[in-house]
Amino acid sequence: MNGVFVLRAGTLSLKVTRRAVAVCAVLALALVALALWAFTLGSYPLTLTDLAAVASGTAGTGVRTVVLEWRAPRIVAAVLFGAALAVGGAVFQALTRNPLGSPDVIGFTTGSYTGVVLTLLAGASSYAALAAGALAGGLLTALTVYLLAFRRGVRGFRLIIVGIAVGALLSSVNTWFSVKADVDTALRAAVWGAGSLSAIGRPAVLMASALLAAVALAAPVAQHRLRRLELGDETATTMGVPVERTKLLLVVLGVAATAAVTAAAGPIAFVALAAPQIARRLTGRGTSVDLAGSALVGALLLLGADIAAQHAVPGVVLPTGAVTVCVGGAYLLVLLVRESRRGR
Amino acid sequence: MSQVLTKTTEPPPAPPPRPSRRGTHRLLGLGVALGVLSVAVLLSVAVGSAMLPLDVVWQALTHPDGSASHATVGDARVDRTLLGIVVGVSLGVAGALIQALTRNPLADPGVLGVNAGAGFAVTLAVAVFGVTRIEQYLPFAFAGAVAGSALVYLAASGGRGGRGGPSPLRLTLVGVAFTAVLAGISQTLALIDTETFDRMRFWGAGTITDRPTGTAGDIVPFVLAGLVVALCCARPLNAIALGDDAARAVGLRVGATRCGVVIAVALLCGAATAAAGPLMFVGLMVPHAVRWLTGPDWRWILAYSAVLAPAIVLAADVLGRLIVMPAELPVGVMMPLIGAPVLILLVRGSRAREL
Repeated sequence: MNGVFVLRAGTLSLKVTRRAVAVCAVLALALVALALWAFTLGSYPLTLTDLAAVASGTAGTGVRTVVLEWRAPRIVAAVLFGAALAVGGAVFQALTRNPLGSPDVIGFTTGSYTGVVLTLLAGASSYAALAAGALAGGLLTALTVYLLAFRRGVRGFRLIIVGIAVGALLSSVNTWFSVKADVDTALRAAVWGAGSLSAIGRPAVLMASALLAAVALAAPVAQHRLRRLELGDETATTMGVPVERTKLLLVVLGVAATAAVTAAAGPIAFVALAAPQIARRLTGRGTSVDLAGSALVGALLLLGADIAAQHAVPGVVLPTGAVTVCVGGAYLLVLLVRESRRGR
Repeated sequence: MSQVLTKTTEPPPAPPPRPSRRGTHRLLGLGVALGVLSVAVLLSVAVGSAMLPLDVVWQALTHPDGSASHATVGDARVDRTLLGIVVGVSLGVAGALIQALTRNPLADPGVLGVNAGAGFAVTLAVAVFGVTRIEQYLPFAFAGAVAGSALVYLAASGGRGGRGGPSPLRLTLVGVAFTAVLAGISQTLALIDTETFDRMRFWGAGTITDRPTGTAGDIVPFVLAGLVVALCCARPLNAIALGDDAARAVGLRVGATRCGVVIAVALLCGAATAAAGPLMFVGLMVPHAVRWLTGPDWRWILAYSAVLAPAIVLAADVLGRLIVMPAELPVGVMMPLIGAPVLILLVRGSRAREL
């Protein structure tokens, strides 16, 4: 086997290429470097020596506060959330067998926005209330879309159309709210809707991490099942995979990964869409999904975007989501243009 | 990224273009559709916060006497209805064209970057140049829409010399990516400045009311030009639906047709969006639903979409006037509320098939 070897754990086995492993290692190194750099940036400049001092417990209180209370939650959140979004995206892209299938398609983001709008309409505007509203809205929407698309099984095509239809319905509710509400309330909803890591504190990171740990535990099984599903429903069935139950489980997994992030930070666009595609091109594994590679690319993307959001324009902190859209979209554009040149 | 439109499949081959019983049925159906449109037009003129009986409407149109009800019809309702028709025709035809071009039954004219371009241009106009009046949006929105689609087309062609133009999948991907980038920048610009945000939220909803008198007239030349180009592309589209190679085999210039379709969509959608704001969903849903009535012949799909899309826009607008009386819901909000359930029913129905 040329450059391919097999990882085994119990009854699970995964085929891995050397190139994929090498790419993942490089990505992980880049991520660590980027995170360290992120720690040193800001109005209170730090050096790597300061970081080492904090790690060894010899730093002063001021430095400790800056590192542990201010910067660490945001950096950890960017890494974790980016990975989670990418995994969610990869799962949905594999399920819908479509490079553009993403949790957005099943109306999750729009539903979360509607949840926030309803929470604001009900008069609550605390961060916890908004997060709860977003989570409830997103999950209810995902469930509705799934049930509406269910007719002797769920097929990618029907799921996408029903998702678009429900998404359009909800977004018209959101538009109506935006037009009717006073400017301040509408603006608050819009700021949430842009997606930002600014207000992330330790509790939000801890809550999200717990949920994401559960997702990470399920990921190897998901990866295994996804590979089988990619061979087609019939083939997967003959290989002993319970197709419909697996699809439902994967939808739940994808939604949970996305929900954890959306509840904490608002909808952050494009990471779910772009990361799996970028990972696939880097690891060069044809059409197959690669959850680990996607997660690493997603983490890199979001961390980089968050650094740019905070420091790119002096004096202005942009919403992180706005940066991910620009960066991710621009990258995808460049990639496509370059590919079309090469494929002449 | 809500309208991520995805599946690129080949539609089934077009039926031979001979006059058959099926053709007669389609012609009859088109007559029925025209009837539906007329009813929608009448309702649009008669219904509103002031309900007018049809004979009063007729008098107001033929012999206006300057009374209050006649003024309502003459000043507000007729303008609004005309705009609804022009916008509806544009979006319906543009939707059908873009679905044919991308071979994607779920494509929306927005895929081509029209809405994003227009939105970006209007945001820039408001945020940077301090434009405040709606009639001043029109040229900005139109220029943005046309520039947006041209950029998407060029980026998707990727300097490939354009013998066949960009492939359907690449066009969709580039359009989605481009839309995301521009929408992100527009959103950021709007969020930084409260005043810009306040103006943009109204433009972004999409409406055919409160437009300056004569807006419909302003965009008609562009729409007519777009329709003429669309008409020329209708036959070749059937051949292109069979695949690029098949189209070339029957002596078709695939690249020229694609280019023509993009020009038509840019003109139609740019004009509609400039006048009414980004009206989502019409261009996606109407041609998609029409396929279930007509089958895969693009000439019929275009004809039906041109008639039924304005009917649905007007119906949505009329409902929007009734549902929260005496206030009104903009047509951009109403459209998905009535369209989405229909689409879900269609896709769940027994005639639903994988296109």
